[in-house]
Amino acid sequence: MKTRDEIRFLLNGEAVALRDVKPDETLLDHLRLQRRLTGTKEGCAEGDCGACTVLVGRLQAGGLVYESVNACIRFVGSLDGCHVVTVEHLKRPDGGLHPVQQAMVDYHGSQCGFCTPGFVMSLYALWMREPQPSDRAIEKALQGNLCRCTGYEPIVRAAHAISSYGDASADPLKAERDAVTKSLVAMKDGARVEIGSGGERLVVPASLDDLAAVLEAEPKATIVAGATDVGLWVTKLMRDIAPVVFIGGLDELHGIEEDGNVIRIGAGVSYTEAFALLARRIPPLADLIDRIGGEQVRNMGTIGGNIANGSPIGDTPPPLIALGATLTLRKGGARRTIPLEDFFIDYGKQDRAPGEFVEAVNVPVPGAETRFEVWKISKRRDEDITAVLGAFNIAIADGKVASARIAYGGMAATPKRAKAVEAALVGKPWTAESIEGALSAFEEDYKPITDMRASADYRMLAARNLLRRFFLDGVAGHVPLQVSRYEAA
Amino acid sequence: MTKHEALDLAKAKITGGVAADQRHDSAHKHVTGEAAYIDDMPEPAGTLHACLGLSQAAHGAILSMNLEAVRAAPGVVDVLTAEDLPGANDISPSGLHDEPVLAADKVQFFGQPIFAVIAQTREAARRACRLAKVEYAEEPALIDIGDAPAGAKLVTKPLKLQRGSAEEAIANAPRRIKGRMRVGGQDHFYLEGQIAFAMPGEDGDVTVHSSTQHPSEVQHMVAHVLGVASHAVTVEVRRMGGGFGGKETQGNQFAAIAAVAAKRLNRPVKIRPDRDDDMTATGKRHDFLIDYEVGFDDDGNILGTDFTYAARCGFSSDLSGPVTDRALFHCDNAYYYPAVRAVSAPLYTNTVSNTAFRGFGGPQGMVGAERIIDEVAFAVGKDPLEIRKKNIYGTTARNVTPYHQTVEDNVIARIVEELEQSADYGKRRRQIEAFNANSPIVKRGLALTPVKFGISFTATHFNQAGALVHVYTDGSVHLNHGGTEMGQGLYVKVAQVVAEEFQIDIDQVKITATTTGKVPNTSATAASSGSDLNGMAAQNAAQQIKGRLVDFAAGHYEVPKDQVVFLPGRVRVGNQEIPFADLIKQAYMARVQLSAAGFYKTPKIHWDREKGRGHPFYYFAYGAACAEVSVDTLTGEYMVERVDILHETGRSLNRVIDLGQIEGGFIQGMGWLTTEELIWDDKGRLRTHAPSTYKIPLASDRPKVFNVTLADWSENAEPTVHRSKAVGEPPFMLGMSVLHALSDAVASVAGHRICPRLDAPATPERVLMAVERLRAAR
Repeated sequence: MKTRDEIRFLLNGEAVALRDVKPDETLLDHLRLQRRLTGTKEGCAEGDCGACTVLVGRLQAGGLVYESVNACIRFVGSLDGCHVVTVEHLKRPDGGLHPVQQAMVDYHGSQCGFCTPGFVMSLYALWMREPQPSDRAIEKALQGNLCRCTGYEPIVRAAHAISSYGDASADPLKAERDAVTKSLVAMKDGARVEIGSGGERLVVPASLDDLAAVLEAEPKATIVAGATDVGLWVTKLMRDIAPVVFIGGLDELHGIEEDGNVIRIGAGVSYTEAFALLARRIPPLADLIDRIGGEQVRNMGTIGGNIANGSPIGDTPPPLIALGATLTLRKGGARRTIPLEDFFIDYGKQDRAPGEFVEAVNVPVPGAETRFEVWKISKRRDEDITAVLGAFNIAIADGKVASARIAYGGMAATPKRAKAVEAALVGKPWTAESIEGALSAFEEDYKPITDMRASADYRMLAARNLLRRFFLDGVAGHVPLQVSRYEAA
Repeated sequence: MTKHEALDLAKAKITGGVAADQRHDSAHKHVTGEAAYIDDMPEPAGTLHACLGLSQAAHGAILSMNLEAVRAAPGVVDVLTAEDLPGANDISPSGLHDEPVLAADKVQFFGQPIFAVIAQTREAARRACRLAKVEYAEEPALIDIGDAPAGAKLVTKPLKLQRGSAEEAIANAPRRIKGRMRVGGQDHFYLEGQIAFAMPGEDGDVTVHSSTQHPSEVQHMVAHVLGVASHAVTVEVRRMGGGFGGKETQGNQFAAIAAVAAKRLNRPVKIRPDRDDDMTATGKRHDFLIDYEVGFDDDGNILGTDFTYAARCGFSSDLSGPVTDRALFHCDNAYYYPAVRAVSAPLYTNTVSNTAFRGFGGPQGMVGAERIIDEVAFAVGKDPLEIRKKNIYGTTARNVTPYHQTVEDNVIARIVEELEQSADYGKRRRQIEAFNANSPIVKRGLALTPVKFGISFTATHFNQAGALVHVYTDGSVHLNHGGTEMGQGLYVKVAQVVAEEFQIDIDQVKITATTTGKVPNTSATAASSGSDLNGMAAQNAAQQIKGRLVDFAAGHYEVPKDQVVFLPGRVRVGNQEIPFADLIKQAYMARVQLSAAGFYKTPKIHWDREKGRGHPFYYFAYGAACAEVSVDTLTGEYMVERVDILHETGRSLNRVIDLGQIEGGFIQGMGWLTTEELIWDDKGRLRTHAPSTYKIPLASDRPKVFNVTLADWSENAEPTVHRSKAVGEPPFMLGMSVLHALSDAVASVAGHRICPRLDAPATPERVLMAVERLRAAR
C-alpha cells in the first residue's frame, strides 16, 4: 500500500501540501488563522449561516465540479485532491470587481457586509451553473445563507443581474478548468494518506477496499463523509474525534445507479449528487432533499451519513423506510444487507458493528400501484430541522388499502414505522371514515416529546393531519391542500 | 479625484450629495471580503484569547469554584474571577449597580459569566473553560413571566400613562373585551457576534476595538472596571457586522474582560464568544405578557383602553426601564384612545438581562394596540381595516397621545388610504373571500397595519451629538462623528451631508472610524437617531468652517459675504470662481482654522416621567404595510404571498439606503412575529442558542411579491437634517401586517366572528392550535 503523509490541494491559485494537519482542523480556521484569508467569516460555526461559504472544486465522474460548502465544518483532511476557492480569488488582476461582486454592489446587496462574502460565493457557484437563474434557483442556492440586514430582496435582484456584468462561460474558473483538472488529477496518486498518531491521527483511504482495511484495523475511528454532523461535534462540543477516516473523496462510494426498480445510493453520495436521479424516479424524495439544510450542507452531506449517524430527526430515513429500503453494511470483505428500519435499534444505538461501515442504501422505486409522499414540517420552511416528518407508501386496490408503509420522523427516539396505523388501514376501504378510524392508532405508535421545535400535542396533531392530507391529496381535485412557494413545475 | 485633475468649473452637481442614490461606502469592500471587522485585524505578536466561563445554574449562591483544572489546561495563561477586577465589578448601564462583569457570590441566570480564561489560542481558552467545577446552592428560579406571582420583583421603576379615566370609559362602554396576549422575544442574530480586542498602552492606558453601538459607554465601563479615568481608555469601532440594538450595551462585558486581561498581562487580548455563548450570555428583545381591556361601541369606535405590559427583563435593569417605557409610548400605535391607562411591569427573572432591539419596546407596545383592533373588529363583525381607519389619530382633533403629546405631523390617514388603493385591498378582500369559500384546507388572509413611531431618545439628554471635520490643504475632508456604522448606511449619509455642505464630491470626504478620542461623550447609535443627530452635528461642523471661509473670502477679495457662494467643486467669489481646493489653500495661508467640532441637540423635547406627561418625541415616522398570506389549516404552515409597503422618510437623504432599511426592517419584524422563537427549559437554559434552533427568515421566506414604496411627498415638519426622517426602527413594525394576515386567515375558519388571539411568534404550531381553537368554538 502506497502511503503519504500530506494533504494536497489547491488553494485559490496556489498548490498546497500540508503535513501538519490535525484531524479536526477546519478549513475556516485554516483560512483565517494560518493563511490570513479573512474574507471568509465565521458566523455560527455550525453550517447554518453561510458566512464561511467557499467553493470546493473536485473531480466528479471525470469532470471538475465547483460546489459551495461551509468552511466552518469542512475539515482540511477532507480536501485532498480538491480546489478551494475563497472570496479573495474573485478579484480581477486589474483590481476590478467580479460580475457577482459588482452586481451585489450596484443592487445594494450588502448592508453590514459580514454575510456578504458568503452570499457572493453561493451566488458565484449558482451563476457558473445557471447564468440566468430563476427565483426558485436563487432561493435554493441561498437557503444556507443568512442575512439579517437586507431582507434578501436586493440580493435576489443582484443574483438576477449578474450576467449583465459578465459572461459566465468566460469566467476564470472555467477558463482555467483544464489546468486545474490536470493539477487535481496529478494529486490523485492512489496513495493512502496517513497523518499523525493517537489523538492526532487522520487517514484518507486510497480506495473502498482500503477503507475496509483501515476500519478493521481501527474499528473505533470516526468515519467522516460530509462532516455536516461530525463538524459540529468539533466546533460545538469540542469532542475529540481522532482517529478520523475521511471517506468523502472515495469515488467508489459516490455511485448512484438504477438497477431495475432499485436505486443503489453509495454511502458517499451527497444530497446534491442524488438529486437529479431521485427527482426523475421518486420526485417526493427530491422535493424533500430540497428542504434539507442549505445548499452548502447538501453539497457536503450524504444520505449514507444521514442514516449512519442514527439521528432521530434525520430526514431521509422515514421516507426510505416507507419505501422499504435496505442497507448494505460492510466489514472487511464481508457484506450484509438489512432492512433499513432494523438498523435503528434505539436512541443513539444502531445495528453497526465496530469496524463496520455503511456502503450503500438500496431504495426500491415505488410502483404504479402505490402512491408515495413525504412531507416535512418545520418552524421555518427551508434549512430547518424537522418537527414532524411523515412518509407514506400506500397501495389501493379495488377501493381498499392493499398495503401501507408509513414512517415518521420527529415522533420517537428513532425514525419509526407507524405499524399500528398501518394495521388499522390495511384491508379497509379507502375512505375518510377509515382514515379517521385509524387516527387513534397513532397513540399506539408514538409518544412524541415536547422540545424547542414543537410540542408533543402539535406533533401528534400534525402527524395525524399529514395522513389526512395524504388521503385528501388523492381525492381533492383542484383544491389546494398545501401552501406552496412555487408554481407546480 | 486627485489634486492634479482639472476641475470641471461648469459642473452642475456634485456626486454623492444629499438625496443622491449613493451606495454604501463600504459596499465594494463587503463584496470582496476586504472590509475589516475586528476579528479580521492582524493580531500583534503575543495576542492572547479570552473565553467566558458561564454559570450552569439559573439562580443560587456559588458554593465553590474549583478552577485548578482550568488553570492547568494546555495554553492557559490566566484565569480571572470577580476579585481580579481592579476597579468596580459593575457594568450596569442604568446606574443601578445590578450587573456584575463576573458574578461573585451568586448567579442569577443560566449562562451568566462567572470567570474568564485567558489562553494562547481561542480554542485553548474554550476547551479550558469546560474544565471548571462549580458548585451552586440552587434556589428557585423565575424563568417565565407567566409564572410571576403578584407583586413580583421588578428590576426598575414601572411607568404609568393615563389620560382621562379608562376605568369609567370602559365601564360605560356598550361593549367590553378583556384578554391577554403573549409576544415573544427575539435574538438579534447579528452575523458578526460580540467581539472586543484590547491593546494595552502606557500608564493606565488601553485601546479597545469593540463591536459596539455605544463606544462612549464602553469607554466609561472599561475605565470603571479598570479603576482608571475615562481619559485612559480609547474605544474605536470602524464597523459592526450588524447591531440592531444588541450592541448598545451588550459589548460592555466583552470589552471590560479584554481590557482587564490586557492590562493585567500587558499583552493584547481578544475575546470573541462563539455563537452559542453569545446567544446564551447576551440580552435579547423582551418578551411581554400584555393584559388588555377595551371598551367600544357597536360601530367599532374604541372608547377606552387599559393595558398592563409585563416584560421579562432578566436579572438586571440594563435598558429595561426605557424599553418598557417605550412599550407604553406605543400602546396606541396610530390610534386615538379617548381614555387610556397603560402601566408597565418590568419583571425580574432568572434569565439573561434583556436589552435594546430595533424598536426598543415600541413593537411590543404596538402589537397590543393591534390585538385590540382585532378584538373589536371580530366582535362587531367588521373588517379590521375599517376599525383601524375609524380609530386612527386625527389631525386637528382626536390627536393627543396617552402621554399628552399632541401629534402635530400626522400623515397616517393619507398613507393608509394610498396603500389601500395601491395594494388593491378591497378587490383582494373579495377575492380572498371567494377563494376561502372554495378552499377547505388552505385559507388566505389579508391585513393592512399602520405604524406611527416616535423619534427621539426618551431620555432627553441622549439627544445630542458631536462631529469633527477637518479640511486639509488639498481640499480633501476628514469626517468623524459619534455615530457608529452597523450596516445601516449612517456613515455614507453623514458624508453626503458634509459633501453637500461644502459642495464637493463625496469621494473627497474621508469616512473614518468612530473613536472616543475624536468625539467625546456620544450617545449610542440607537433610537433611529443616527443620521438625525450626527448628520446635524457634522453639518454644524462643516458650516462653521464654511463660515470662516466666507469671512476669509469676503475679506480677501473684498466682496460682500453674500457674494461668496459654494458651487459644485468651486466657490464663486464676486465675479470669479475659485476651485474649492484653491480657496482652502488660500485660507490656510491666511491662517484660517480649517477644523471644527460640530454639535447638535434636538430642540423641543421634554419628558416628565413621574407625571407621565411631556413631549418626548421630536416627531413621528409613519408607514403602513399590507400583507397577504396563505395558511395550511392541517399543519399550520404558511406562506407570505404578497406584501405592499408605503413608508415615509421625509425628504430622504438617500433613497436606496432608506429602501434597504425598510425592506430589511420589515423582514426582521416578520421574523420576530413568525418563526423566531426563544425557548428556555425549566432549568432556565436557553434551548434556541444557534441558527440550527433559532430560525430567522431566509430568502425563501420573503414575500413572493414585495412592493416597497417611499412616500415621495413626505417631508419632515420639523427642521431636521434636510427635512429627512429617521428610518432605522420604524419599518420593523411593518412586520405586524403578517401576524394580522395570519390572524385573518385563521379567523376565516370561524366566519371572522371569533378573534383568533394569535400570539407571537406565530409559528406553524401556534397557527394550527389557533385554527383548532376556532374550529372547536364556532
